[in-house]
Amino acid sequence: MNKMSREKQDFKVIGTRVKRPDGIDKVTGRAQYGADLVVPGMLTGAVLRSPHAHAKINAIDTSEAMALPGVKAIVTNADFAALDDEFLLDVADNCLAREKALYHGHAVAAVAAKDAQTAKAALKLIKVDYTPLPHVTDVDDAMESDAPVVQAGRKQENVKGDYSDNVTMYCEFGHGDLDAGFAKADHVIERSFKTAATHQGYIEPHACLASMTSDGKADLWCCTQGQYFVRTLCAGILGMEASQLRVTASEIGGGFGGKTTCFIEPVALALSRKAGRPVKLVMTRDEVFRATGPTVSSSSDVKIGMTKDGRITAAYAALRYQGGAFPCETVAMGAQSAFAAYDLDAVKTEGWNALTNRPKEAAYRAPGAPMAVYAVESVVDELTQHFGLDPLDVRLKNAADAGTLSSYGPTFEAIGLVATLEAAQKHPHYSAPLGENQGRGVSCGFWFNFGGNTCVSLNINDDGTVGITEGNPDIGGSRASISMMAAEELGIPYEQVRTIVADTSSLGYNDVTDGSRVTFAVGLATIEAARDAIKKMCSRVAKIWEIDPDAVIWENGQAKPSGPNAGDFEPMSLAEIAALSSETGGPIAGHYEVNADGAGVSFGVHLADVEVDPETGATKVLRYTAFQDAGKAVHPDYVEGQMQGGSAQGIGWALNEEYIYDDDGMLLNAGFLDYRVPVASDLPSIEPVILEIPNPGHPYGVRGVGETSIVPPLAALSNAVSRAAGVRLHELPMSPPKILKAITSKG
Amino acid sequence: MSKLHVTTTVNGDELDFVCPPEETLLDALRGRLGLSGSKEGCGTGDCGACTVKMDGRLVCACLVLAPEAQGAEIETIEGMATGESLHPLQSSFIDNAALQCGICTPGILVAAKDLLERNPDPSETEIRYWLAGNLCRCTGYDKIIKAVQFAAAEMRGETA
Repeated sequence: MNKMSREKQDFKVIGTRVKRPDGIDKVTGRAQYGADLVVPGMLTGAVLRSPHAHAKINAIDTSEAMALPGVKAIVTNADFAALDDEFLLDVADNCLAREKALYHGHAVAAVAAKDAQTAKAALKLIKVDYTPLPHVTDVDDAMESDAPVVQAGRKQENVKGDYSDNVTMYCEFGHGDLDAGFAKADHVIERSFKTAATHQGYIEPHACLASMTSDGKADLWCCTQGQYFVRTLCAGILGMEASQLRVTASEIGGGFGGKTTCFIEPVALALSRKAGRPVKLVMTRDEVFRATGPTVSSSSDVKIGMTKDGRITAAYAALRYQGGAFPCETVAMGAQSAFAAYDLDAVKTEGWNALTNRPKEAAYRAPGAPMAVYAVESVVDELTQHFGLDPLDVRLKNAADAGTLSSYGPTFEAIGLVATLEAAQKHPHYSAPLGENQGRGVSCGFWFNFGGNTCVSLNINDDGTVGITEGNPDIGGSRASISMMAAEELGIPYEQVRTIVADTSSLGYNDVTDGSRVTFAVGLATIEAARDAIKKMCSRVAKIWEIDPDAVIWENGQAKPSGPNAGDFEPMSLAEIAALSSETGGPIAGHYEVNADGAGVSFGVHLADVEVDPETGATKVLRYTAFQDAGKAVHPDYVEGQMQGGSAQGIGWALNEEYIYDDDGMLLNAGFLDYRVPVASDLPSIEPVILEIPNPGHPYGVRGVGETSIVPPLAALSNAVSRAAGVRLHELPMSPPKILKAITSKG
Repeated sequence: MSKLHVTTTVNGDELDFVCPPEETLLDALRGRLGLSGSKEGCGTGDCGACTVKMDGRLVCACLVLAPEAQGAEIETIEGMATGESLHPLQSSFIDNAALQCGICTPGILVAAKDLLERNPDPSETEIRYWLAGNLCRCTGYDKIIKAVQFAAAEMRGETA
């Protein structure tokens, strides 16, 4: 099921660069994002946050704030339902602290008032009695047996060793005999690395508008990557039934994984319930940095053995991630991704997660993979330098391919890594000359991709046009690609299809827009819903022609007799069938529901040229080319956009971006001035090169493309810097002072 | 605290509103005038999502006090298209896929329009530096730069 129906499709719509349906709304300012909705009687919410990195909350006195004229409601964690489910409890406790404030900026209480000025004034009148506690923010410090414990009792059973209670999980992957493998190597390199926590950095702060009535019904409007998951979390935290909470996803101003959970939505609902009025709650940028996202920071050790002709004989990685004050398992994805690009006889990865007094980690584009692959690709590069080998030759010599037993367990089906590496090798970028203080870096990248729960309705309108109802917020042009797949399958023009993103009461459950799943899974479900509608249309035509339904086939957007034996009838177009629908049995609609598998892994290879200024340590990216297997690029512009956007984020991660804490556990750079994401003048043109190695798990061969592109830049930049400056850094970001220090100490 | 009555011209229309003296122009545009096309990404002038033109100068509306708009001429994204006709930059952004989530798009379009009014034939580097105050996290800027170049060529009457 769902396998590719034809080996090579003769596509008419797929692969073209049509205009996106939300384009005009977005270039005219009409598109409505999280903070843009206004409803009558609306109150304004504001959140009080912990000034401490770690503190016991003894009491919260809201009486003075509540007495301020214009204040309508104040909530704390006590206003949430009593919860047994550990996962839900963590989300609730992150939305509003219970017993302890676990990080600087952790929400403690929230106010709804007649306007923003009053709400802000009320926050100052809430009295919280704290007892500050010792804190820890560094992952290695947090694992030490005598570290301050962030949350006790969260350690999983398989965690062995003399670690603090902050270590919540352990995992390992791999196969083969490492000792034998290392013994075969001509050279073994072992290095330790650190990467800083980075934020997704979406430009739209979290925003929502909640309206709950006294009969327990509620509407929630919010910017989210998954309205159904928001419903699950909020209904649980508020003690509601899912059917009574309708969640509508606004247009979303970026997410990159960071809008896959809840931060303010349950708070706004609780405020609305208490105030009896709609409540809008919008985060400031400061709050976004302090209390949402970021990704994990990491500490790792990588050991790789290689023969002098470039064959990897054994590979080992130990990964230690911290994901903030609540348990997370992101390190497992890092441990699985680390060596995915390589065909290895002996490989092992181990991963540990530690709690720290930092905000709860949220998914960030290929969560867990970039920092693991950075460490691995750095050591592979150092080995190629040691032997004087070509970096792409070495990767090709060791590349995973169809039939490879992957380092994390499964055996790969058709994958595009070799083709991607070959394309990079043949590209003019790879042989372009370099000047003084310039260097070229290479890195592979990998992401699993995901399918998941998906549900699509496709309605044939009576004028012959088509409406599609899907349940995944469109974060990078997916409404266009979904309309394109429906048009392709039905044989009608793209312009006759309109796709909308449904609220939670209008369509069955859909998993969050994550795992690069939407174009793959929603696309697959849309194609199958179109096939369902085609089947129904053929049976309607059979009724009109008074022949057997099996004797009607669908070709080029028309129903036709299957052959001369079926009878001699003029083909009927979709529009003709639609116009007659009320006489042939009523409206025509196609549906498809699936928990999709077969997402198909995605590989990318990036080439980066940099120039390092030996006087200042500043790095300038001169040229950047990203190669990636898209399976089949439905809308090439938006595939390229994913490749370019992920590359830019990875470049920022490599060179500038980091969460900076002081000795008191205070976050020092909670704003775009001091947390510096790449701006237009920082970057060169990023050239995307799409490869198409069809995914056997999708009817058109589509693979997800959203995440792989953030994986290679970290090592590609580090490898380029090491060749440009003659010094290898083992820590990100490679800010100018760090590079300068490395150059200076080299002498 | 007493509120101030402000009369201002936005996209050619004379409008007025009443606000507290500390309110930002961005909050007045979005909250009092219903012009929510300008976005707040940071509130500190670092992201450019609220870029508007005020008396011929690009400003971050989050850094301007609403009462400063008294008597001023303000241009926002809502005034960029003429009736049904999009500005060439707006069409070019759609045609060249220069937006993904679209939250930075209004500010970037307002800033790019101002650039092309000052310099009808900017180089890639000039565009990159002009737009350096407008953060985009989705696109890596490449398609934005190309869309501005494309629109500039069209506005110069060169067939692209």
